[in-house]
Amino acid sequence: MTIGLAHYLAVAAILFTIGVFGIFVNRKNIIVILMSVELILLAVNINLVAFSVYLHNVVGQIFAMFVLTVAAAEAAVGLAILVTFFRNRGDISVDDASMMKG
Amino acid sequence: MDPKSLVTVILFAPLVGALTAGLFGRRIGDTVSMAVTTGLLLLAAILSWTVFVNWTWGGLEPFTLSYLPFIHVGGFVSNWSFRLDGLSAVMLVVVTSVSSLVHLYSWGYMAADDSKPRFFAYLSLFTFAMLALISAADFMQLFFGWEGVGLASYLLIGFWYKKPSANAASIKAFVVNRVGDFGFALGIMTVFWAFGTIQFAEIFPQVAGHAARTWAFAGQNWKLIDLACALLFVGAMGKSAQFFLHTWLPDAMEGPTPVSALIHAATMVTAGVYMVCLLSPLFEYAPTAKHIVVFVGAITALFAATVGMTQNDIKRVIAYSTCSQLGYMFMAAGVGAYQAGMFHLFTHAFFKALLFLGAGSVIHAMAHEQDMRRYGGLAKYLPVTFAVMTIGTIAITGLGIPGVELGFAGFYSKDSIIHAAYSAGAAGDPMGYFAFVIGVFVAGLTAFYSWRVAFFTFNGKARWTSEDLEHHWHNRDHDTHGHGHASDHATAAQIETHDEPLEAHDDHGHGHHGPALPHESPWTMRLPLILLSLGAIFAGLAFTKKFIGEEQHEFWKGAIFTAANNHVLGEHHMPLLIEQAPLIVSVLGLLVAAYVYLAREGLGARLAARRGPLYVFFYNKWFFDELYEATFVRGAKLLGDLFWKGGDQKIIDGLGPDGVSAVSYALGRGGSRLQTGYLYHYAFVMLLGVAGLLTYALWAWAR
Repeated sequence: MTIGLAHYLAVAAILFTIGVFGIFVNRKNIIVILMSVELILLAVNINLVAFSVYLHNVVGQIFAMFVLTVAAAEAAVGLAILVTFFRNRGDISVDDASMMKG
Repeated sequence: MDPKSLVTVILFAPLVGALTAGLFGRRIGDTVSMAVTTGLLLLAAILSWTVFVNWTWGGLEPFTLSYLPFIHVGGFVSNWSFRLDGLSAVMLVVVTSVSSLVHLYSWGYMAADDSKPRFFAYLSLFTFAMLALISAADFMQLFFGWEGVGLASYLLIGFWYKKPSANAASIKAFVVNRVGDFGFALGIMTVFWAFGTIQFAEIFPQVAGHAARTWAFAGQNWKLIDLACALLFVGAMGKSAQFFLHTWLPDAMEGPTPVSALIHAATMVTAGVYMVCLLSPLFEYAPTAKHIVVFVGAITALFAATVGMTQNDIKRVIAYSTCSQLGYMFMAAGVGAYQAGMFHLFTHAFFKALLFLGAGSVIHAMAHEQDMRRYGGLAKYLPVTFAVMTIGTIAITGLGIPGVELGFAGFYSKDSIIHAAYSAGAAGDPMGYFAFVIGVFVAGLTAFYSWRVAFFTFNGKARWTSEDLEHHWHNRDHDTHGHGHASDHATAAQIETHDEPLEAHDDHGHGHHGPALPHESPWTMRLPLILLSLGAIFAGLAFTKKFIGEEQHEFWKGAIFTAANNHVLGEHHMPLLIEQAPLIVSVLGLLVAAYVYLAREGLGARLAARRGPLYVFFYNKWFFDELYEATFVRGAKLLGDLFWKGGDQKIIDGLGPDGVSAVSYALGRGGSRLQTGYLYHYAFVMLLGVAGLLTYALWAWAR
C-alpha cells in the first residue's frame, strides 16, 4: 500500500474534526480548547505540507513554517491569558466562563 | 366720555384684572392682586351705572360696536363686538354691581385663604365672560361667553380642590351644562341653517318671513322656528338649572359662598332667561317652544320650592330658592312677558345676592356650620346680618302695601309675572292659567321657606353652644399645632381641613375672655350687604315703570319684541282676589312659618322627625339624583367600561402598542437567550455557518 495524498488529507481532516469537537464538546477546561486550536493548526500544516510535496511547490512548506511560528506565539499568549484568568477567578472551567451572556 | 369707549372699558377692565391677578398674582402678592381686581371691578360698576343712567334717563341710543373679526368662513360671519341695548344695559349693571360687591365681600370672607390671587382672578375672569355673553351681537360670541362663564363656574365650584366633594360638584356642574350646551349648539346650527347668518340684527327682521317654514325629519314636519327655539331653550335649561338639568345647582354650593352669590344666584344662572328674552323675536313665533318654556319654568318653580322647604343646609335652601325664582322668570318669558322676566331677573339679582352673602356672614360667624338646626337666636349677635337678611326675605317674598303700590323689590316683579300669567290665560292660553296657579301656590311656598330660614337662624332658642363654637375653633388650632411649625394658623388650618376659611379665629379660639360667641363680620363684608339691601328695597320701586310700566317702550327701545297679539303686560281687569292672590299667599306662608318656627318652636323638627312620605320625597329632592345615578351615570359608566375595557384595552391596545411591545419583547427574549456566553456555543454556530457557506459555495460552484 502506498501512502498517497488522500491519506495525508484524511489524517488532516480527522485531526481537524477532533480539534473542532474538542472546542465545543469539551465542558471542562480552557487548556483543552487551546490544545484543540493547536490540533486544528496542525491539521492545516499537514494539508499545506502534503500539497506542497504533491505539487512540488516549496511555498506550502514555507507557509507551514510561518503557521508554526504564529501557533507558538499564539500558544504563549493564550497560556499567559489563561494564567491571569486563573489568577482572577481561581478556576478555568469552561462552564463558568459565560460573562458574555446576554 | 363717549359711550363706546365707556363700554369698552367696562368689558375689558375685568379681563385686565383677571390676567394681572392670575398671571402675576404670586409676584405682586395677595393685597395688590385683590386691590387691582376689586378696583377695576368697582370702576366697571361705576361706568356701568353711568351707561345705565344715560340709557334710562339720558336718551342713549342702542348701538353695536365691532372690535375684531372672529370667524369669517364663507357666509358664516362672526365678530367680537359689543351690543348695547335695553337688555344688555340692564345686565351690565346687574353683573358689574354684584360682581364688584362680591369682590369686596371676598376681602373679608376669603381673608384666611392661601390662594387669594387665584380666587380673585377667577372671579374677574367670570365677570369678563359674563360681560362678553351679555354684549354679544351674534350667536358665536354668545356661545363664547356661555362657555366662558361655565368654565369660571367650574373653576370656582372646585376652588377648594382638595375637598373631594367640591371636585365632584364642579365636574357635575360641567357635565350637566354640557348636556344643555349640546342643545344650545344644535339650536345655533338650526338658526344658521334656517337664516344663513348668526347675527342677531340680521336674523330678527327675517323671522316673520320664515315663520311658516317647516323641516321634514323622521317622517314629521317640524316647525323650524319652534324647533330652533326648543333646542336653544335646552341650553337655557342647563345654564339656568331648570327641571331635568337642575341637579348641578344645589351641589354647586360646595364652592365658596361669594361664588354662590355671584355666579349661582345673581348672574350666570340668569343667562338662560336673558337669552330667551334676547331672542324674543324668535320665541314670539314659536308657540310650542313657549309652551315648553312655561311648563318647564312652572315645574321647576314648584319642584325647587317644595325641596327648599325641607332642606337644612342654609346655602342649599337658598340655592333651591334661586332655582325656583328662575322658574318664575321662565314662566314670565314663556307667556310672553319678557319684560317682567327681565325685571324679576334684575330685582332677584339684588335680593338673592343679598341672601347668599348674608348666609355667608352667618356661616362665617358660626365657624362654618351650615346646618340651620344648629343655629337659632342669632339676631342679637349679628344685628347687621339679621337686618339685611330680613330685608332680603321681605324682598323675595314680595311683601308690599297693595293700595299705594309701595313695596320691596319682589312685590313688583313677582306679582307682575303672576299677573301676566293670568292675563295670558284669560287671553286663551291654557298654559297661562297653569302658570298662574303654580305661580300663586309657589309664592306661598317661597314665603314659607324664606321665612323659615330667617326664623330658624335668627330667632328662637339658640341651638348652638359656646362649647360648639370653641370646639370648632379649637379643633383647627389643634390641627395646626399638631403639625408643629405652621407659622400662619388660619392658613395651615385651612389646608388641613380645606374648608371654608376661618378669618376670625384668632380673635376667639384661644383668647378665653369668656365664652365664645358669634361675631359680626368685618366691614368689607357688611358694606356689600348694606348696599345690596338698598337694591333689594328700592330696585322694584324705582324701576317698575321703566321695565314693565308705561315707560317700557322708551326703556327697552325695541330690544324686546312682542307680537301684535301679545298684550299680557298691559293694564288688565282682573278680579281683586286674583290681583291680590300672590300677596295673600305670601302672607299666609309667612304666618305658617311664624307658627311653626316661632310660636310653636320645635314643631318643625317634630314634623320632620315623623318622616311622612311627602317629607321624604321632598327631602330627597324628588329622588332625582338617585334616578340619574341609576340611569345616566350608571349607563354612561357601563358604556365607558365597554369602550374602555373592550374597545380600547383589548382591541386598540391589544393590537397596537401592547401587541407590538409584546412581540418585540418576546423576540428580544429569544435573541438574548441565544447569547449564552459559552465559548463552545459560539464556536458551534461558527462551524454551522462555515458548513453552510461551504455547502452553498460547492453547490454554486458545481452548477
